[in-house]
This record gives sequence, structure tokens and C-alpha cells, in this order.
Amino acid sequence: MSKIKAENVNVYYGSKQALFDVSIDIAEKEVTALIGPSGCGKSTFLRCLNRMNDVIEICKVEGSIKMDNLELNSRKLDVVRLRENVGMVFQKPNPFPKTIYENVAYGPTIHGIAQSKEEMDQIVETSLKKAALWNEVKDRLDEIGTGLSGGQQQRLCIARAISVSPEVILMDEPCSALDPIATAQIEELIDDLKKEVTIVIVTHSMSQAARVSQKTGFFHLGKLIEFGPTDKIFKNPDNQQTQDYITGRFG
Amino acid sequence: MNLILVTFIILLAFTSYYFGRKKALVIQSSQRLTALPKFYGYYLAAWCAAPALIIFALWSVFEPSIVKTFILQDYTDQNLTKNELQLIYTKVKALAAGTYTGNITNFLDESANKYIQLKGIANSAKVAIILAILIFSLSFAYRSVQKNDRMREPVEIFLKWVLFVASLGAVLVTIGIVFSLLFEAIRFFQAVKIFDFIFGTHWYPAKTFVRDGQPDPELMKDAFGAVPLFAGTFFIAFIAMCVAIPIGLLSGIYLSEYAGRGVRKYAKPIIEILAGIPTVVYGFFAALTVGPFVKEIGNAMGLQVSAESALAAGAVMGVMIIPFISSLSDDVMTAVPQNLRDGSYAMGATKSETVKKVIFPAALPGIVGSILLAVSRAIGETMIVVMASGLAANLTMNPLESTSTITAQIVVILIGDQQFGDPKTQSAFALGISLFIVTLFLNVIALSVVKKYREKYE
Repeated sequence: MSKIKAENVNVYYGSKQALFDVSIDIAEKEVTALIGPSGCGKSTFLRCLNRMNDVIEICKVEGSIKMDNLELNSRKLDVVRLRENVGMVFQKPNPFPKTIYENVAYGPTIHGIAQSKEEMDQIVETSLKKAALWNEVKDRLDEIGTGLSGGQQQRLCIARAISVSPEVILMDEPCSALDPIATAQIEELIDDLKKEVTIVIVTHSMSQAARVSQKTGFFHLGKLIEFGPTDKIFKNPDNQQTQDYITGRFG
Repeated sequence: MNLILVTFIILLAFTSYYFGRKKALVIQSSQRLTALPKFYGYYLAAWCAAPALIIFALWSVFEPSIVKTFILQDYTDQNLTKNELQLIYTKVKALAAGTYTGNITNFLDESANKYIQLKGIANSAKVAIILAILIFSLSFAYRSVQKNDRMREPVEIFLKWVLFVASLGAVLVTIGIVFSLLFEAIRFFQAVKIFDFIFGTHWYPAKTFVRDGQPDPELMKDAFGAVPLFAGTFFIAFIAMCVAIPIGLLSGIYLSEYAGRGVRKYAKPIIEILAGIPTVVYGFFAALTVGPFVKEIGNAMGLQVSAESALAAGAVMGVMIIPFISSLSDDVMTAVPQNLRDGSYAMGATKSETVKKVIFPAALPGIVGSILLAVSRAIGETMIVVMASGLAANLTMNPLESTSTITAQIVVILIGDQQFGDPKTQSAFALGISLFIVTLFLNVIALSVVKKYREKYE
């Protein structure tokens, strides 16, 4: 079942066009990987899905992006509600310089989700458990989040993202700053999370895309070249460019 | 004479740079140099200027006291005090310069002639010695250049010493200032008990003025109580911060988080212009515009307002300090990494929530640092207070009355008639050193807070 449906999305940074007529169907409760060489527009597309491009003054988005029949690319859209529903994990772990507890409680606080301290404790615990971090930090929730290791920080960011029970989580190269062991932990986590949420992940690592995703889209020079089941993209792509990229001939 | 000599040495140094370089280029045509040609020039220039200038400086420092000893030798048998000897020497110098107008005794005339003679000998000797040194050191250095000796190390060592001497000078001057403050303050505290100074509530040094002899110790006890000054200083600084902190912080937040690139580009320099206005201009703005305005408003509300009020001075001082806070807090908030902002926005936080919960707390140490620097600036501010808040050291917490500060009182004490050994004059040093300690303390805290902030993101 389709969760997000993008049609003819064009993105411009000032006069430079970054995305050309991208149309894509993202299925619910699946992992969709977006791959492609640097600067191909995959992160730009990802940021359209929670309107993070709003932060960039010169950025202009055209086209239609619908999530459950709600038009995302509309002036009338309540961006705060959208971002409550669509969480995001960034390339570089970016926990706030606050305690671990406050980091996870950040979203529930600003959205007024928890009614009491007990409820908040519960949300924090569940989120950290889902992010597979609870056992490592349960005795030091009042320590500063930036003091954790890189992999732990990234899982803390995932816990922060899932604390408001989003329907979609966007991941922008979540493992590129991590070592192989931390990467394996995050990938395992992605596999668990997809039972409940739809995940869109941008990655530079083709093996990661092959390991974690069900669908893969290949971007090149701002265009979506090919999109389909991960197996097919990696084993038998239709497009020659995809074939060349997958086999490492460029990118 | 001295000017010509120094100019000559410096010109010679420049010339020798070109000679050294030229010589090196000549050597270069036949063999490989051990350093770039310019190092040979530097080497020669350094050898030319440094020894001559050092000797010149030492000579200038010691010559007067040596001449003085020679002159005053003739007076040793007269049993004169130090002050009288000093007076005689001043007379001799004036006579030699032809500006003395008192009656001239034979003895004095003789001394003046001797003085002129000594000066002449000293001058010729100086020129001769310096020329000799120049010839000696230049010929020595030129031989090294001819031999194509290694030139890089000596030049680097020379530069290191030049830099060292410059820093040493700065440090020594600082130490000198602190000690001169300290010694005079100690002499003040011999006349006035330190307890009376720190805890006394009455500041009226003019009271101790007596025409001859020592003032009454009882009077001294009650005249130098610094409490009203400390209270006034902190009170006016407090009023200034009440104006500067909210406006400065809010405009800092606006500049760093809300303003578009175009607005920031123009607004920031305009705010910083406030910091470039001379304080004396703020002073008359406070005294002639804000002061009467405050008085009028107060009178309209039925309040008793003096024309020189702490409120007027504090408010204008606050305006002066706004750019410190807004500019520094803008810088530290802009320095908060963008990915923290992104993280907050991605959670669905609005701009104001992001500022309040993420940016501001992350930048807080830097902001506190900027505020502390601004406080020490407010405490040290003089001109606005002198002009707008009056000079009467009232112990008051009413912002509508006039009050005075440490700095303003130092001005009052040191302008006009004064006598150096007087406790009144010395009290300026005691005030100065207390002010120095307070601002030093604030600056140390501010710098350590800012440093802590830097460590956080690196």
C-alpha cells in the first residue's frame, strides 16, 4: 500500500535545478532506499518529505507530494504536525547538548504528548528500548547526550525521532559517520522499526541498501533513473546507468 | 640631535639590507647560497640597527642621572635635603636652557656652565661611540655575508628576540601600572584605615583639606568611606544592564536566527556603530537630552527628580553597551552548529521553541561571557557618569537621585589642585586598585566561561 506518492517533483536552489520530474511511490511499512552518486539529489528529495527544505531560503519545490492523500507541498500544510508524523535522522549524529532524557523527551514536550511525568518516563523508556539503547543508558539518563559514543548518539537520535510515534522516518545517510559495528546495530534497528513505520533511507553504501531495503530508487543528476524492488535493481536492472553504478563503474 | 642619530641608524639599516642582498646575489652567481638572498639583507640590517639602538637606549636612560650626580657633587657639603637638591638641579637646568628668571648666584652660574659642558661632552661621546659600534658591527656582519655563512638561524633568533622584547615590554608596563597603583594605595591605607575605606558610608575627601600640616585623624576616618561609591557604581551598572541585556539579547537572537541575510548584513554594522560613538558624546546626550527628559516625566508624575539622575546615566550607558551584548551573543548563537537547528526543526519545533530550548541553552556560556564583559565595561565607564549623574557621592538606591561612581570620583580627585603626598590624592589610587580588582575578577570569570563554551563543540 502506498504511503507517500510524489508526482513530478522539481526542486530549485535559486536558479539551479536540483531535481527533475521525480515521481515515486513509497510503500507503507517498508524500507525504501535511495542511492546514487554524491550531488544526485537524493537528500534533496528526502528533505521534501518533511519540508526541511523550508529552512533553506533560496530553495523552491514544485510538484505534488501526497502522504495518505494529504498534499505536503502546500502553503496551507501545518509543518509542525507533518514533522510530528515524519521523523528524521541525520547524517551526523546531532543530539542536543542536553541530558539523554531531555533529548528523548524533546518531541513529546513540544507536541504536548505526555500528560504526566510518569507518562513521559514511559515514553522515554519505550523509545530508548525501541532504539536498542535502553540497556546501555538506563542508569545515566541524566548525563549529557553529546557524551555518548558516535553509534550511541545516532541511536539516541533515532530514539528522539520515534518518541513522537511518527508514521514515517527519514534517514539521511545515518551510518556514514559510524564504525562497522555501530552500523550493523543501526541496520538491525531499521529492520525492527519497519514493522511499525515506513522508512526512507538515503545511503552511499550499496551493500547497505541491498541489506536493509525492500525497494530501491537510483538517482543520477537530479533524475530518478530507476525505481523498483531492491532484488531487481541489484540483480537485473532495466537501465544501463543503474547497472554501471551498481557494478561500480562510476559514482 | 637624538632624532637625527636614530634616523641615521634606521636609514643605514635599510641601506645595509640592500647591500647584504646585493652581496648575496653576487655570491649566488658563483655558488649556491645557504639561505634566500633576503636573509643576508635582514642579517646585515639587524646587525646594523640592533646594537646601535640598544646602546642608544641605554645611554638615554642613564645619561641624565649621571650628569645629575656630577652636578650635585658640588653641593654635598651643604647638608641639603633631597627635595632642596632636586630644586637646585631644576634651577641649574633652567638656567642652562636660558629660561630661569630668579636671581642668579655665582655658584648656580658655575653649575649651569658645568652642566652645559657635561652635556656637550656626553653628546659627542654618544655620537662617537655609536658610530664606532656601527662600523664595528657592520664590518663584522659583512664578513659573515662574504663568507656565505648560514643566515637563516641568526635571523630567526633575532626575530624571536624582537618579539620577546615587545611582549616583555607589554608585560612590564602592566606590572608597573599595577605596582604603582598598589604602592600609592598602600601609602593611602597608612593614613586611612582599610576598614574605614571599605565599610565607611561617607565619601567627602574635600573635608580633609587643611592648609598646613596634617589633617585631623578623626576627620580622615569619616571622609574616605567608599561604600557610596561602590554602591553607586554597581547601581548605575545595574541600571545599564537592565537596559542592555534585554535589548541586546533580543536583537542578538533576531540577528542570528530570524533576520534574513540581507537584513543581517546591514543591521549588524549599524548596531556596532553604537560601540564606536565616543563616550563623551553619550555623556552630553545623557546630560542634555535624557536627563532633562527623565526629570520632566518624573515631575509630570509628581516625583522629585534631580536633573542629574542615576537613571539617565544608567540608561544611556545601557544603550552604549547594547552592541557588546547583541554582537557577541549573535556570534555565539550563529556558531551553534546548524545540525542542532535541523534536529530541532525536524522534530516539529517552531523557530521560537528551537531558540528557547536548543540554541539559547547551547550558546548560554558564551552569552554569559559577553554579559560579564559588558558589566566590566559598565563598571569602568567614566564620562557618562561624570556628565550625567553628578559628582556628589550620595548613598542612595533611588534611581531618580544623583549618585556617583568610583571612576567619576577618581576624575574629581585628580583634576584641579592636588598635592601628591595628600591622602585625598592617594585615595584615587586606592579607588583605582579596587576597581581594577573588580573588573579583573569579572574578566577572569568571563574568559573562563567563554573558554568552557569553546571546548564544548570542539
